[in-house]
Amino acid sequence: MTETGPFRLPQGGRLIDRAYQLPFRFDGRQLRGVQGDTLASALLASGQLMMGRSFKYHRPRGPVASGAEEPNALLGLGQGGRFEPNQRATTTPLVGGMVTTSQNAWPSLNVDIGAVNNWLYRFFPAGFYYKTFIHPRPAWKHLFEPIIRRSAGLGKAPTQADPDKYEQAYGFADLVVVGGGIAGLQAAAEAARKGGTVLVLEQTPNWGGRTPTDHADGQARIDALVAELSALSNVTLRRNTMATGLYDHGYLLAREALADHDPNAGIPRQRLWRIRAGHVLIATGALERPLSFAGNDVPGVILASAVRDFINDYAVAPGRRIVVVTNNDDAYRTALTALDAGLTVPAVIDARTVANGPLVEAVRARGVRVLIGSAIAGIKGGRGVEGVKVCAHNGSGEVTEVIEADCVAMSGGWSPVVHLWSHCGGKLNWSDSAAMFSPDPNRPPTGADGKAMASVEGAASGDLAVAGLTGAADEAAILPVWVMPVHATRKMKFKMWLDFQNDVKVSDVELAAQEGYQSVEHTKRYTTLGMATDQGKVSNINGLAVLSKALSQPIPATGTTTFRPPYTPLTLGTIAAEARGEIFQPLRKTPMHDWHQMRGAFFEPVGLWRRAYCYPAQGESHAEAVAREIRAVRGGVGMLDASTLGKIIVKGPDAGKFLDMMYTNLMSSLPVGKCRYGLMCSENGFLMDDGVVVRLSDDSFLVHTTTGGADRIHGHFEDWLQCEWWDWKVYTANVTEQWAQIAVAGPKARTLLERLGGMDLSADALPFMGCAEGELAGIPARVYRISFSGELSFEIAVPANRGRELWDKLYELGSDLGVTPYGTEAMHIMRAEKGFIMIGDETDGTVIPQDLGLGWAISKKKPDYLGKRAQERSFMTSPDRWQLVGLESVDGVMIPDGAYAVAEGANANGQRNTQGRVTSTYISPTLNKPIAMGLVHRGPSRMGEILEFTNPGGEPVKARICDPVFFDKEGTRANG
Amino acid sequence: MLTLTCPYCGISAEETELQAGGEAHLKRFGPGSSDTEFEAYMFARKNPKGVHFERWRHAYGCGKWFLTARDTATLQVFGTYSAQTPQPTPEIIAAIQAARPDWHPDGDAVNLQSSKG
Amino acid sequence: MAEALAKISQVQGLGMIQIRANLLRSGEVIARAVDLVLPAPMLTTRQGERMLGWMSPDELILIAPQPQIAGLLAALEEALEGHHALVVDVSDMRVVFDIQGARADQALAKLCPADAANLPEAGLRRTRAAQAACGFWRHGQGFRLMGFRSVADYLRGILEGAAAPGTHLDPR
Repeated sequence: MTETGPFRLPQGGRLIDRAYQLPFRFDGRQLRGVQGDTLASALLASGQLMMGRSFKYHRPRGPVASGAEEPNALLGLGQGGRFEPNQRATTTPLVGGMVTTSQNAWPSLNVDIGAVNNWLYRFFPAGFYYKTFIHPRPAWKHLFEPIIRRSAGLGKAPTQADPDKYEQAYGFADLVVVGGGIAGLQAAAEAARKGGTVLVLEQTPNWGGRTPTDHADGQARIDALVAELSALSNVTLRRNTMATGLYDHGYLLAREALADHDPNAGIPRQRLWRIRAGHVLIATGALERPLSFAGNDVPGVILASAVRDFINDYAVAPGRRIVVVTNNDDAYRTALTALDAGLTVPAVIDARTVANGPLVEAVRARGVRVLIGSAIAGIKGGRGVEGVKVCAHNGSGEVTEVIEADCVAMSGGWSPVVHLWSHCGGKLNWSDSAAMFSPDPNRPPTGADGKAMASVEGAASGDLAVAGLTGAADEAAILPVWVMPVHATRKMKFKMWLDFQNDVKVSDVELAAQEGYQSVEHTKRYTTLGMATDQGKVSNINGLAVLSKALSQPIPATGTTTFRPPYTPLTLGTIAAEARGEIFQPLRKTPMHDWHQMRGAFFEPVGLWRRAYCYPAQGESHAEAVAREIRAVRGGVGMLDASTLGKIIVKGPDAGKFLDMMYTNLMSSLPVGKCRYGLMCSENGFLMDDGVVVRLSDDSFLVHTTTGGADRIHGHFEDWLQCEWWDWKVYTANVTEQWAQIAVAGPKARTLLERLGGMDLSADALPFMGCAEGELAGIPARVYRISFSGELSFEIAVPANRGRELWDKLYELGSDLGVTPYGTEAMHIMRAEKGFIMIGDETDGTVIPQDLGLGWAISKKKPDYLGKRAQERSFMTSPDRWQLVGLESVDGVMIPDGAYAVAEGANANGQRNTQGRVTSTYISPTLNKPIAMGLVHRGPSRMGEILEFTNPGGEPVKARICDPVFFDKEGTRANG
Repeated sequence: MLTLTCPYCGISAEETELQAGGEAHLKRFGPGSSDTEFEAYMFARKNPKGVHFERWRHAYGCGKWFLTARDTATLQVFGTYSAQTPQPTPEIIAAIQAARPDWHPDGDAVNLQSSKG
Repeated sequence: MAEALAKISQVQGLGMIQIRANLLRSGEVIARAVDLVLPAPMLTTRQGERMLGWMSPDELILIAPQPQIAGLLAALEEALEGHHALVVDVSDMRVVFDIQGARADQALAKLCPADAANLPEAGLRRTRAAQAACGFWRHGQGFRLMGFRSVADYLRGILEGAAAPGTHLDPR
C-alpha cells in the first residue's frame, strides 16, 4: 500500500477505499488521494490545509466545514471549456486526473500581494463600497476602482464554451423526501408502507447523513433502512441529488450529479429535475455554527463536526493536537473521535460554567482537561494554528494560558436547515433555550389546496437529538455564545469572522448598527453578510445575533433574512439543458428551406422562422444581391418563399360577422373567390396586424397574417370567440404550415406560370384581387392575384409537402426568363417603393390606421369593430397626430433609420423638440435614390416642406416631405 | 410554479403549459360607451392581495381559455371554471367562502357599479 | 456502449384531418363517418392504423394512412352536411416521430412536463416538448409524438438528445 499523504490516518475511513489511488493536481503540484475522497479530504491528507484566500482581505483560508455549507475551500476546477470557478472542495468527489487551482491569490497562494488588504482592514469597513462610491469622486475613479477591479471577483470566469452536456427531467411523486439521513429514510419507509409513490433525494453519494459517523450502530441502522426501501416498488432512491429550491404548488427543483468532473463518462454532467411533488418532507438536518472568537478564520480552525467527518469518513487528521472549543455537549464527540484515532486532545474549552453530561464525563475519563467557563482569546499562527490563547468566557480576553495545538474544533451549536421550508413561505420560530430558528409547524408553506405542502422531520425540525431515532444520550443545554469572550475588546472583534467567504466580521455588523441600520435585510446588503455563494449557511445566525445584541433587542425582533433558492449554486448548464447549438430554439423552417440554404441564402430571423434575406452570388455583397433581385423582379420575374405568412381558416354561419369585428374593414361583404386587404386593431385602437383575407365559400374565409403573427392572431381570434362571443357559430383553424406559398412577381410572372400547365391564369379568369383553385404542374393549388411588390404578382399555395417540387419547377421552367429568387429585403424595399406599410416598421403599437393614410380600409358602416371605440378618443381623432408621409433626401444622402425630425425649442426636460421620425429607409435600386417613409406631425398637409433629421455622429440630414408612393403611382403594373 | 386544472380537459397543467390572460369577468364597452366606462374597461384592473379571478389559457394543451379563482398572496386555488361564465359561479363563490369566510362577492359588484358611474 | 433509451424515427405516410364541431351534437356522426368509436376526453380510439383522438371539447384529430385521407375527408364532409363543423386536411403541417424502446417514457420525461409513464393505454396528451408544442400517445413499444412540420429538425434534435445512450433516468 502506498502512502497517500502525511495526514492520512493508518486505519479507518468509512467512505474511502485505499486500494484505489487517484492522482490529481493542485496549483501544479502532483498529489494523490484515494477513491471516496472529496477534494478537501484529499488535500488535507496531503497536508494542504490552506486551500484559498478570502475575497476581500485575501487571508489564508482552509476548509471550515465538510459539506455543502463550506465557505472557504473554493477551488477552480478543470481546464479550458471545462474550467469552473468556486467549486466547493468539501462536496467535490475526487476524480483521478483532476486539475485544481486555488483562487483569489496572485501571484500564488503562498505569496499573495492582495493580502496587503489584510493590513488595511481598517480602511475596508462595512459599506466601504457605498462610501467610496460617493466621496471623494476622483479617488474612486483613479485610486480605488483600478485596485478593486484587479483584486475583486471570486474566482475567474471560464473563457471557452462548456463542452459538457446537461439535461432536465420532469418528475412526479406523491411524496418527495429531501434528505437521506436517518430522519428522511425513516419517514420514507413509514410513508411507503401506506402506499403512494415516494422519491427520496440525498445530496451526497452516501446515505445516512451524520448517523453513521456519530453513532456506534448508525451504519447498520442506515443499511437496514436502505435495504428495506430499495425493495419497495413505490420508492425511488436518488443519491447525488441536491434539492435546490421549493416553489409554488409543490414544485421542487433538484440537481442530480451524473458525471461531475468526469469528462470521460460520456453522459450528461448534471441533470436538473423539475419535480411536481404531492407533498415534500424536509429532512435536511442541521448545520453546525462557528464560534466568533478572534482568529476563528485561521486555517485549522474547523467545525467540530467536520473534524469528526474528516477523521471518521476519510481517515484524515485535520491536525495532530486538536483543541475543542464549544458551548454544547455534542462537540465532545469530536474529542472522543480524535482520541480514538490516536490524536491528541490537549483540552476542551467549554464556555459553560457547568458541563457534566455523559459525553463530557466520557472525555474527562480519557484524561482530557475540560476548561469550563473558558473561551478562546486568540489564535497563535497565521497560515495555520500554532496555539490557542485561553481566557475566561465571562471576561474581556485576558489570556490565562496558551495551549499548543495545530487544530481547533469549534462548535457554536446547530442550526436546522430550514431553506426549503422558507423558500415558499414557511415561517420560523426562535427558541432561546435551544438557540435556533426552527420551522413553525403551524405556519407551513401552503400549496394549491391551501394546506401544508411541506412538513419537516428530524434535525431540520429542531429535534437535534433526532429523539428516539439515533438513541443519542441526553445532552445538557447549550449556552448561546455569539461573541467569545462575552466582553471582547473592539480589537478582538476586528478578528472575529462571521461571514468567512465575504470577509464580514463582528466589528462590521456592530458598525452597521452604530450607523443606524436596524433591518437585518439592510444590514445584510450594507455589510454583504450572507451574500456570498454560500449564502451565509454558517454565518447568518451568528450575524443576526450580533446585530440583535448591538441593537439591544431579542433575536426574533430582528428577524431572519429571506432564504432564496438555490440552496447551493446551480450551473447555468443545467438551466439551459438541451437548449444550445442547433436546438437552442425551435427554429422554424419552410418546405423550401434546404433549397435556400443550398443556394447560399443569407437568413434573417422573423420570430422563430428563418427567412432568406437575399441570395448573394459569388463575390456579391448583400446590398448588391438585393439590388439585383429587385431589378430582376421589376424587369422580368422573381420568386419569393412566402410560406411563413400566417393562414387561418375561419368558418361558420357567423364567420363574416366575426371577421367584421376583428377587422376594421367590412369583410362580410367580400364576394366568394375574392381577396381583400384588411387591418386588425387591438381593442385599444392600435394597428396590430394586416394581411389579405380570402373568401373561400359562403361560410368560410382564409385569413392571412404577417409572418410573426399567425399564432398570436389565431390566439386572439380564439380568445374573442371563447370568452366574449361564445354563442357565435365560428370555428377557426391555424393551417399556416399546411401550405407552402410562393409569390411569383414581375412582368413575366404569368408567362412563367402558364408554362406549369393547369388552371387558367389569364387576367379574365383571375383578375387582380381574385382567388382561384385548381392544379398547377399537377399539384393542387390555390392562386391569389395579390401584390406586395407592385408588380403583376401571383401567390401560389400548395400542400407543404409539394412546395419544394413547385419551387424547383418554377426555377427550372423560368431559367430562360431569368427567374430570380428574391429574399425578404428585396420584398421590403419594393413595398417601400410602392408606399405600402409594414407592420413593425410603420407601426409600433402606438399607431392607428388613420395615421397611415389607411382610412379607406376602415368601414364607416359598421357599428362596431375591435378598436373602434378606442379610435373615437379625442387624442386619436386629433389633427395633431404624426402621420405617414414619404421623405425625399435633399442631398441624396440616405436618411438614418429611426431618425427624428427636430422642431423648434426644447421640452420640459431640456431636450430638443421633435416633429416626426423615420420608419423605413432604403436606397431604391429601381429609382436609384434614397427613399424613406416616416410619421410627421400633420405630415400630409405639409407636402414639400423640408425637415431636418438627426444623424448621430454626423451633420443633420435634410429631407423633403412627399407622397409615400415613390413608384408606379397609378398602380398599372400590378394590373397586367 | 403554479399548477392549474383545466376544466375542459381535466389536465392538471403546470404554468409552462399555460398562458396568463389577466383579470376575468370584464364587461366589454364598445362604441357608444362613455369615456369613463371605456377607460375602466380598457385600463382599470384590480390588483388585490387575496381573492382574484383570472383568465388562463391551456395553451400547450386543449387551447381553451378558462377562469381561475385564486389567492394572489397564498396562491391557494379555489377552483377553475368555464370561460363562458359572465360572473363567478355559485360553486366557486362557495369554495372561496369555505376558505375565506370574510370574503364577499359583493365587494366586486360594488366596484363594478362605481366604475360604470 | 450503453443502449439508447429509445429509437427515434420519423414516421412517413400518415395523414391527418382536424375536425372542429360540437362533439355532443356531431360527435357520433363523425365517428360513424370514419368507422371509429368517438373517444372520451383525453383518449383515442383506434382500428388498425386509423386513430381518432380527442383534442379539446370541440376538436378531434383523425390520423390515418395518407391514401385514406381523401376518402375520409369526403366522408366527413358528406356526413357533416348541415352541421356547423370545420373539417380540414392538416396532413402536411405535422410531423410524427416514433419513440420506441423500453425507456421511451424516460426520453419524454426529459422534454415534456407530463407524466408519460402513467399515460393511460389509450391516452392522448397534448403538451410541449421542450419549447415546441406536441401531442403524444402510446404506440408499439413506446410512444408516437406529433408536432409541427416547421420544427421537425428541432423535434428530432431534442428527441435524439433525450434518448442518447447512457442517459437513463434510473437511480444510480
